[in-house]
Amino acid sequence: MTVTALPDTETPKRGWYKRNEIAVTPWLFLAPAILFFAVYVIIPIFQSFSISLYDWDGLGVARFIGMENYAELMDDSAFEVSLWNNLKWLIFYLLAIPAGLFIALFLNQTVTGIRIYKSLFFFPFVLSQVVVGLVFAWFYLPNEGLLSNMLRLVGLGPVNVLGDPTWATYGIIAAGLWPQTAYCMILYLTGLNAVDPEQVEAARLDGAKGWKMLWYVIIPQLKPATFIAFVVTIIGALRSFDLISIMTNGGPFGQTRVLSFYMFEKALSEYGFRMGYGAAIAVVLFLIMLVFIAYFLWSMYREERGGR
Amino acid sequence: MFPRPIQQASAPAQTAYKTLLPISLILWLLPLIAVAVFSIKPASDFTQGNYWGMPGSFELFNNYGQVFFNSDMPRYMLNSVLITVPTVIGAVALSAMAGFALGIYKFRSNIWVFFMFVAGNFVPFQILMVPVRDLTLDMGLYNTKTGLVLFHIAFQTGFCTLFMRNFIRALPFPLIEAARVEGVAEWRIFWFVVLPLMKPALAALAVLIFTFIWNDYFWAIVLTQGPDAQPVTAGITSFNAQYRAAYHLMSAGSIVAALPPVLMFFLMQKHFIAGLTLGAVK
Repeated sequence: MTVTALPDTETPKRGWYKRNEIAVTPWLFLAPAILFFAVYVIIPIFQSFSISLYDWDGLGVARFIGMENYAELMDDSAFEVSLWNNLKWLIFYLLAIPAGLFIALFLNQTVTGIRIYKSLFFFPFVLSQVVVGLVFAWFYLPNEGLLSNMLRLVGLGPVNVLGDPTWATYGIIAAGLWPQTAYCMILYLTGLNAVDPEQVEAARLDGAKGWKMLWYVIIPQLKPATFIAFVVTIIGALRSFDLISIMTNGGPFGQTRVLSFYMFEKALSEYGFRMGYGAAIAVVLFLIMLVFIAYFLWSMYREERGGR
Repeated sequence: MFPRPIQQASAPAQTAYKTLLPISLILWLLPLIAVAVFSIKPASDFTQGNYWGMPGSFELFNNYGQVFFNSDMPRYMLNSVLITVPTVIGAVALSAMAGFALGIYKFRSNIWVFFMFVAGNFVPFQILMVPVRDLTLDMGLYNTKTGLVLFHIAFQTGFCTLFMRNFIRALPFPLIEAARVEGVAEWRIFWFVVLPLMKPALAALAVLIFTFIWNDYFWAIVLTQGPDAQPVTAGITSFNAQYRAAYHLMSAGSIVAALPPVLMFFLMQKHFIAGLTLGAVK
């Protein structure tokens, strides 16, 4: 601690620390975390903004080109495809929430062995996205894959999900939904545990059941779980990278790219080291995310004020 | 309880439920079961087109032996351990301190510092990619485990601080006041009063961060290359390139790569779920 730096003034300084202990201590405790976070997260966000204004290959001298990278994005058809795919991810990934709720309702019973069922249903979430991607890539194999074989049983021809430009993205989203649904399920299972039994009984006496009960009594009480499910699903959708990289590597014909993947491709892969252009794509992705981040923080802020 | 307990339903409905349970589970895990079956099949099954029939022979030991003794997999696994464990320790330590500061002390910028951590945690990490890679190169840490660990600690601190701070807020505040009245120094309050009460949160975060970091793929390919530093998620792709179309080996490799977080989950389930629900849903 700096208080002992000057020995001759030790007594008054020590007194200063003692007097201001409550004010100074939090900053001492925060210092390492803030330092790490600033260096690796906060400052790089601003650096990305600035890099996006340059033409830079990552090694040589960066050349300032103003908004040219962004202007180029406007005419880039691959960028447009990525943007649309991000939208598809956002919309269809949210299916994990109702699906998770459905499974949670199905499993919210007390029969023997139900705990094991719950953990096994949750299992896919623990797997790495890389493994999920591999597993589903084999599941979708055009001839040998399990999906084609199952379709053959009901008399439908083999399908090549990941080789078809129209369907490939949906195939990947379906793979992503598998672990995400498991996550939402566990959120709702914990939420259902906390549902007030008296309210449920009271509603039952009033004749509420089935859908009405679910919609008017249960779902309002599950609001905290729904909020978290919403947050993690939106973030997951916008961050999607691993599955695409593993399952199709952006193909066929670049039709499964999303912004995060396209950005990586432009900045780091064999298509050339265009750091500035990649950063510009990342900035666009960040701005999309910022809308959601602002909403999340605003909700949390209201909650904080309502709280202590 | 909702839905109505199945015990109150008619006998046929109960039987239907109990048969539906295992069937739905098998359907749910079907892709995974397929991979598990693949991993004990002999190579000849795949060349003869016997993908989905009974295994021609039982090759569990051969296939997994191949993965463990005849490939780079053990090195990748070791790298993963050496990346994951320090990250867990670092992130949990930093965020326990930050969470203490934000949860106990009232100062004007408190909520803004807190929101900085929360917001940073939500950021799509692609926007960090170019500057962080550059920074890592400048520090001479590109393609080292240290480079990866430092970044992971920093990034996970956001989520961990959110969690810790909320947990500490829920602790009984009079306890801290009592200690202050006794004249206990602030850092001692942290060490002797708050930290022991935080054990469940520490456990939950440790399990969760372990899984997150073990499963990370993006940063592994951005900051490392080759078997010297790459963790198993990135290693599995080179493993697969080496054994292209050898589904029995690729399956065995994937299962081995996935195993540690799976074990962690099944052993520490309670903590894991407490962490996932952010403690917000009790």
